[in-house]
Amino acid sequence: MSLLAVSELSKDYAVANGAFRRRALRAVDRVSLDLGPGATLGVVGESGSGKSTLARCVLQLERPSSGSVRFDGHDLSGLHGRALRGMRRWFQLVFQDPAASLNPRLRVGATVAEPIVLHGLRTGATAVRARVEELFRSVGLGPEHVERYPHQLSGGQQQRVAIARALACEPRLIALDEPTSALDVSVQAALLALLRDLQRQLGLGYLFISHDLAVVSAMAQRVIVLYLGQVVEEGPTAELLARPRHPYTQALVAAVPRDVPWATPARLLVTGEPGSMLERAPGCRFAPRCLWATARCHAEAQTLRSVGSDHRTACWRSVEGELPPEGLSCAIPG
Amino acid sequence: MRGRPPAAGPLLSIRGLDVELAMPRGSGRVLAGVDLDVDAGEVVGLVGESGCGKTLTALSVLRLLPAAARITAGAVCFQGRNLVTAREDEMRGVRGRGIAMIFQAPRESLNPVLTVGRQLELVLARHHRLGGPRRRARAAELCAMVELPDPARVLRAYPHELSGGMCQRAMIALALACRPALLIADEPTTALDVTVQLEILVLLRRLRETLDLALLLITHNLGLVAEVCQRVAVMYAGEIVETAPVADLFSAAAHPYTRRLLEARPRIGAPPAGEPIPGSVPDPLARPVGCAFHPRCHRVQPRCRQAHPEPEATAARVVRCFYPEVASS
Repeated sequence: MSLLAVSELSKDYAVANGAFRRRALRAVDRVSLDLGPGATLGVVGESGSGKSTLARCVLQLERPSSGSVRFDGHDLSGLHGRALRGMRRWFQLVFQDPAASLNPRLRVGATVAEPIVLHGLRTGATAVRARVEELFRSVGLGPEHVERYPHQLSGGQQQRVAIARALACEPRLIALDEPTSALDVSVQAALLALLRDLQRQLGLGYLFISHDLAVVSAMAQRVIVLYLGQVVEEGPTAELLARPRHPYTQALVAAVPRDVPWATPARLLVTGEPGSMLERAPGCRFAPRCLWATARCHAEAQTLRSVGSDHRTACWRSVEGELPPEGLSCAIPG
Repeated sequence: MRGRPPAAGPLLSIRGLDVELAMPRGSGRVLAGVDLDVDAGEVVGLVGESGCGKTLTALSVLRLLPAAARITAGAVCFQGRNLVTAREDEMRGVRGRGIAMIFQAPRESLNPVLTVGRQLELVLARHHRLGGPRRRARAAELCAMVELPDPARVLRAYPHELSGGMCQRAMIALALACRPALLIADEPTTALDVTVQLEILVLLRRLRETLDLALLLITHNLGLVAEVCQRVAVMYAGEIVETAPVADLFSAAAHPYTRRLLEARPRIGAPPAGEPIPGSVPDPLARPVGCAFHPRCHRVQPRCRQAHPEPEATAARVVRCFYPEVASS
């Protein structure tokens, strides 16, 4: 059974439209996903694509406007108050900016101890302290770090504390929202290795949100690609990155910097910026920026269709073999 | 407009630059003997992790260091003049007209209460004393040069009405308003999405060619360096540890730090990277004796703990290491 099953999840926000009217902005649009225990699902997309809103809705930090979220068989949207709080220990969130997500006035040991006490996982100061030190060890921090304040730690160490805090309630799922984007490459490599080790030891499921395709390819077995709140492509990571089928995914993959000195930039497969989520044209949301768009793309909404085993894309031209299979020049060497 | 002196030697030449930073706990050397050259029309990458001194190097060149930082030794020669000893009114002529700089957060670097057009016109009025109609024409011309879509709308827009990519283009237009010979770009694409990042890089490459602009690109992203730069300088703990043509650096990094930094990058389709670099960047108040990198180096020898390596040049490469990696990897 899957650990997390999200079906047709949407999130609408009311935004001001003129002085007195409000209209709905759909930040996440009918997203479905599935995550098994001990597996990692990558969520990829540019800023404003709805990645973080999706994570917050999945973890019930915001209530979805429609759709269902089932965690380990339990429908979370039906839970409220105490029942939901009881469930929360099983799914945790780690944010992008560790400096902003840790309480600056609390010693980091106290931050990690808080969920242990709150959920009654250990009783007595000695037992809690022992557990905190054990958690610190498991994320590669020594007991000397327990008494420090966040500003006394480096960015990498702060993010390790944030992971220890998430692990404190022995969760089964962790949503990682750009966990390494604020870190240097060498620190990032160490943190990604740590996350992989923890997953192996504890059987954690990861919902791994990132705009960095290289990082996602190192972490996730499966990926979904979001564009303006909709899933435009999903599939196994290696297959999806080697043979992207949606023009947007092709553009994203092509735009990743490579180690080819002075490579010819024939890789600009998309220009401009995503449109507004408020402008709801009937057709494909990517059509205004798509190199391959036709009249049908502008008229007809797209749904995910199969383009290989376990690989689906929301582009009719790709499904019907009307696109060059790898865009203009997307082939990744090696 | 002032003519540029004939191309004798590099456009910008930094030699033995030392900067001290006063901190509550004491004062420490944050730049230690930095040597860096940028030729006219050349694109040089300055890479390193946060806190290694990339931005301080750039700010030293423009003499825009924060009050707590002080240049204690060295020279910064730009177009034959030493900027370290230049008078403040001379520096005002260099900033903008000789050397311009753009920053990581484009929206925060623009004035939020003035339209983009007004900001461009202020620069043109201050530096070129152009009259109204000619100023407006030049502002529109600059917008076209940085390929801003719908220039008329952008000139009337406030920064908050523009996307991050458009703000960065507006910043570049401002920086180029006085036709500088050198543009320093400090993490110009870090806050942008990958597709927008690529557009900005393509623009910077094109501007370099059409305007004969030299570019010093400061970044932590080695992939960008490969794509845009001709030469790369790698910084660690306030020192340049390796300088090499970009192809040489990527095919055979000589300094152990460069090598580990290259290995640490995640790459699409490549297996997860090898060993991370242990430990962290040294505290400027407690610089290690000997080589600054030795506490974290996997190839450390007794000599590295005692003596400080000097930069050694071989062909086009300069390395600050007693035991550089050999060419084959």
